[in-house]
Amino acid sequence: MQTSAHIVSLGTIDIVIIAFYFALVLGIGFYLKRFTKTGNDFFMAGRKMSAWIAGLSFLAANLGALELMGWSAAAYQYGILATHWYWIGAIPAMLFLAIIMMPFYHISKTHSVPGYLQLRYGNSSRTLSAVSFGFMTVLMSGINMYSMALVMKVVLGWDIHFSIWVSSITVAIYVALGGLLSAIFNEVLQFVLIWAGALLIPIVGLIEAGGWTKMVARIQQNFAGADLTHLWRSIGSFSGNPMGIHWTGIVFGLGFVISFGYWTTDFLVVQRVLAAKDLRAAKMAPIIGAGFKMMVPFIVILPGLLALAVMPGLVGESQAVATGGHSYNEVLPLMLARYAGPGLLGLGITALIAGFMSGMAGNVSAFATVWTYDIYRHVHKKATDRHLVRIGRWATILGVLISIGTAYLVMQFASIMDYVQALFSFFIAPLLATVLFGMLWKRATSAGGFWGLLAGTVSSIGMWLWVKINPNALAIIALSPNAKAMSENMYRALWSWMIAAIVTIVVSWATKPKPESELVGLVRGCTEIPSEGHYKLYQRPIFWAGVVFVVFIVLNVIFW
Amino acid sequence: MEQREQREAREHFETHAISIWFFIGVVLVVYGALILGASIYGLFVPPAHEVVLGKLHAGVWWGALLFLFGIIYVVKFFPKKSKA
Repeated sequence: MQTSAHIVSLGTIDIVIIAFYFALVLGIGFYLKRFTKTGNDFFMAGRKMSAWIAGLSFLAANLGALELMGWSAAAYQYGILATHWYWIGAIPAMLFLAIIMMPFYHISKTHSVPGYLQLRYGNSSRTLSAVSFGFMTVLMSGINMYSMALVMKVVLGWDIHFSIWVSSITVAIYVALGGLLSAIFNEVLQFVLIWAGALLIPIVGLIEAGGWTKMVARIQQNFAGADLTHLWRSIGSFSGNPMGIHWTGIVFGLGFVISFGYWTTDFLVVQRVLAAKDLRAAKMAPIIGAGFKMMVPFIVILPGLLALAVMPGLVGESQAVATGGHSYNEVLPLMLARYAGPGLLGLGITALIAGFMSGMAGNVSAFATVWTYDIYRHVHKKATDRHLVRIGRWATILGVLISIGTAYLVMQFASIMDYVQALFSFFIAPLLATVLFGMLWKRATSAGGFWGLLAGTVSSIGMWLWVKINPNALAIIALSPNAKAMSENMYRALWSWMIAAIVTIVVSWATKPKPESELVGLVRGCTEIPSEGHYKLYQRPIFWAGVVFVVFIVLNVIFW
Repeated sequence: MEQREQREAREHFETHAISIWFFIGVVLVVYGALILGASIYGLFVPPAHEVVLGKLHAGVWWGALLFLFGIIYVVKFFPKKSKA
């Protein structure tokens, strides 16, 4: 199973820790099968999750291993700027989901985001959204699977086929048995393990660096001339920071379109909060998730910054291959190997595996729901609940198999990875416009929603192709000749959202709206939102959203 | 009808299912004990590869901390016997 060239070597105790983890997640899957008899149990976890469980699961579905590895590497490459993806790139959107959007998702009793589009706009928008989401979700899952297997090969020397098959079969078993309930239970467990395994690195790292101030001084000494420790000071111009990005791209592209698109309309994460037991829990879940999201940079970004101080000299992937040195993409396992002895090493690797499996479980459980409820059920209208559960279980296995197939395809043709990742981003920004107008504007019509979604998606693909064919087009899309690839994503998202919004508005004005009686429970102004007046102040979601938002502002000021 | 079934299923789950926090307690107890044990063993038989700041014995106190948290969760969320 193991080869010689790798970063860390596991001892017996580490293997025992990893093996126990696999046994436990499978055990939980078998145990929970008895509680998943109906479609509501399997696809919606019975809508019985507390705010804490739904909130932690909401966050864990996003906290994949590639997220941990990738953003630690980004912190080494770009410095503290990477934190924007955790703070402005997540917190406002999560709070908006909680306070503004959750009432409509919850009151409409939708089972999915495409399901909401069905209720609000009709079949066309639902079909477009469901097919694109289902297709892209399993492809993304396959790419993540391959990337994770590659990480395990580099870090531990594990055979790629072994990593792919063991991890995916495990996920397939526990999700097929217990559905969303099992996925959510395991995600909460995985969330705890990620923290237990990763938290020690920044603690010991800060001790080695001599605290935050001395760490910053060492970074400035090691990388003279580069501002790697300020969040906002260096992004006044495209050329003043290593990311080649401007604050308008961060605020409007990342902070609004990409972040709101992902956290409020990507069914992979939204599915977790739809499983909450009541409206208050559904609103509290994203707020709890936001509270923890603000702390994630401590275990992801800080190790990257600490490595800049105590381990300078890591290089890019191609240079590392040429020189035989280490790449900054390996910064997290390198830091783990630096500080973690026997046992702790096993826990750290378990955290990475747990992160990968929680992300994959999120993908396949969301795929199973969308495939069964938003595609299959509309073709087989007379299917019974029991039949749909059986289809859901098979869809889970099918989703995993397609993911494995994608992983092997990527192994043969690596460039596919870039294409599929770009494809996924095409749908998020326009979908945000469609859902937002659907929830907040009574006048939005079925035709407006569909054509807006289609126009936004097509324009996003068009801009991406334009830059592929003519790289100079990047300067036009991102509004600067100094812009780099990272800012292309921000501005492409922004433009495609605006195109989707404009088309939705124009077509809606030209077509006949639904009567208000058909919009009850779906649209602001037509829906009575239950009052929270009878709760004490500290029990109200709006109070905690305010607390989280104030902390978010304070953190941005501290690290300005 | 459907709402009543959902309510009954939820009540059945809340009454009979083992809490997720219990599973988390179990995993923390097991991992805490394993890490603590391995780290104490390492005090007497140092591992082949020394880690940076090994003198802090991070494994000992981290293992102890996990074990302690695990015990608290196991006790607090220990499954109650069903009266049914």
